[in-house]
Amino acid sequence: MADSRARRADAVATVLVWSAALLVTGVFLWLLADVVRHGAGRISWSFLTSPPRNAGRDGGIGPVLVSTSLLLLVCLGVSLPVGLGTAVLLAEFTPASGAFGRLVRRSLDVLSGVPSIVFGLFGNAFFCKTLGLGFSLLSGGLTLACMVLPILIRSIEEGFRAVPNDYRLGAAALGLSRTSTLVHLLLPAAVPGLVVGLVLGVGRAAAETAALIFTSGYVDRMPESLLDSGRSLSIHIFDLSMNVSGGDANAYAAALVLVVLLLAVNGLASWLADRWLRRRVLPV
Amino acid sequence: MNPPLRIENLTLRYGDKTALEAVTLTVPPGRITALIGPSGCGKTSLLNCLNRLTDLIPGCRVSGRVRVGDLDVLDPKTDVLTLRRRVGMIFQKPNPFPFSVRRNLEFPLREHGVRDRRKLAERVETALRDVGLWDEVKDRLNGPATALSGGQQQRLCLARALALAPEVLLLDEPCSALDPISSGVVEDLIVRLRDRLTLLIVTHNLAQARRMADEAAFFWVRDGAGRLVEHGPARQLFEEPKQTLTADYITGMRG
Repeated sequence: MADSRARRADAVATVLVWSAALLVTGVFLWLLADVVRHGAGRISWSFLTSPPRNAGRDGGIGPVLVSTSLLLLVCLGVSLPVGLGTAVLLAEFTPASGAFGRLVRRSLDVLSGVPSIVFGLFGNAFFCKTLGLGFSLLSGGLTLACMVLPILIRSIEEGFRAVPNDYRLGAAALGLSRTSTLVHLLLPAAVPGLVVGLVLGVGRAAAETAALIFTSGYVDRMPESLLDSGRSLSIHIFDLSMNVSGGDANAYAAALVLVVLLLAVNGLASWLADRWLRRRVLPV
Repeated sequence: MNPPLRIENLTLRYGDKTALEAVTLTVPPGRITALIGPSGCGKTSLLNCLNRLTDLIPGCRVSGRVRVGDLDVLDPKTDVLTLRRRVGMIFQKPNPFPFSVRRNLEFPLREHGVRDRRKLAERVETALRDVGLWDEVKDRLNGPATALSGGQQQRLCLARALALAPEVLLLDEPCSALDPISSGVVEDLIVRLRDRLTLLIVTHNLAQARRMADEAAFFWVRDGAGRLVEHGPARQLFEEPKQTLTADYITGMRG
């Protein structure tokens, strides 16, 4: 009796777990299929390179792609060094249980949960107005950097903490300086955490809309410098689907480009990290 | 000839807790000195003082005097990087870096100023021959060190330490994580290093201490702090200990 009841409970649990997994995968595949079905027809070389015409209903996304790349470049150019430095400080130079480390970590966790529109308002007030950068790719990129930093720092820090302490002790016992231990031993070993942070950060930055409306603006011309306003892909999609009647087809096409771009960034990041680690471990 | 290691009145505290109380011990060169005693009696803490690895432990305070030849180990002005080159250390668990076999040896050598490629190759080969690893790994010098067996990894760590030509080598239970055969190989190796280095080994394996050691020091916890109870020639300490506590521990009645 009890035996058959247990077996039935097992069966129910199996069905539940499988259907949950299938549901999640199904929703994702449906979404992907939808975007591909509606968007793939429009994708062409000229779509990727030509400027939008007729408020984006016709033409392509050339300037939007350039603006998006510049935004990401500014974002990563600032957040990567700052994030790496902070993570090293947190993981290697402050005790995990110390008051300072706890305070910084708590603040970062709170910050990473702050809605992006709040970052947008802050960026608008600080970068656009106080620093006088106006609506520009620079303001937008810096705002994205602020938004991405908490995730980036925490992931890189976890990467460092995952490095066995044996390495640190072994290196110290061999009379290696802290700097070269950090550069040659700990940093390469922490690369997986760095990649995770990078992929999450780029993903969040590339998909960002709210924070950019207030900071980089939505001018869809080709930007001439970082101080020009520029429109990111996500804003372009938002604008086409919400404000431009008849813009759906191009919105789908732009969405497909964005999805492919994100998948490509993820793939590239893990490929580079893999190659780099291999070279570190197996030098010529 | 290498200088002796002189420890005078060494006391070590972690916060309010005293781990070691007033230890005075001279470790002679050219011999193997074994530190024995139950867990938590401060043997590893003692080793960590001798190469200032204690600097890395927050809240750890060391007082007293330690000298390697004319080098004042505990003096804050002493350069710890030089100190740690002169006083090497082997850990309980083999800890090769996640590099190739060759880079495991070359990395510390480069950091200590050996840059010439030929010289590097020479020192790498000599160190690997010293630990009997050369023939086993000469065809896989560029392969990952972590792919070696546990015993080979520990010998690699030994080679890595020896490549820096230390005067003193501290060994913290170097065989305890190894299988009996690998353990025997490493043990024989350490014994062969006797003439080249001042060796200080912590071991829980009394049979091993008996086989290897020329000198032995017995530690015990009293009033919450680790203390040196008895020190002398190994044969005497194992066969006619002066203290009843030592005798009880050695015969397995306590500890």
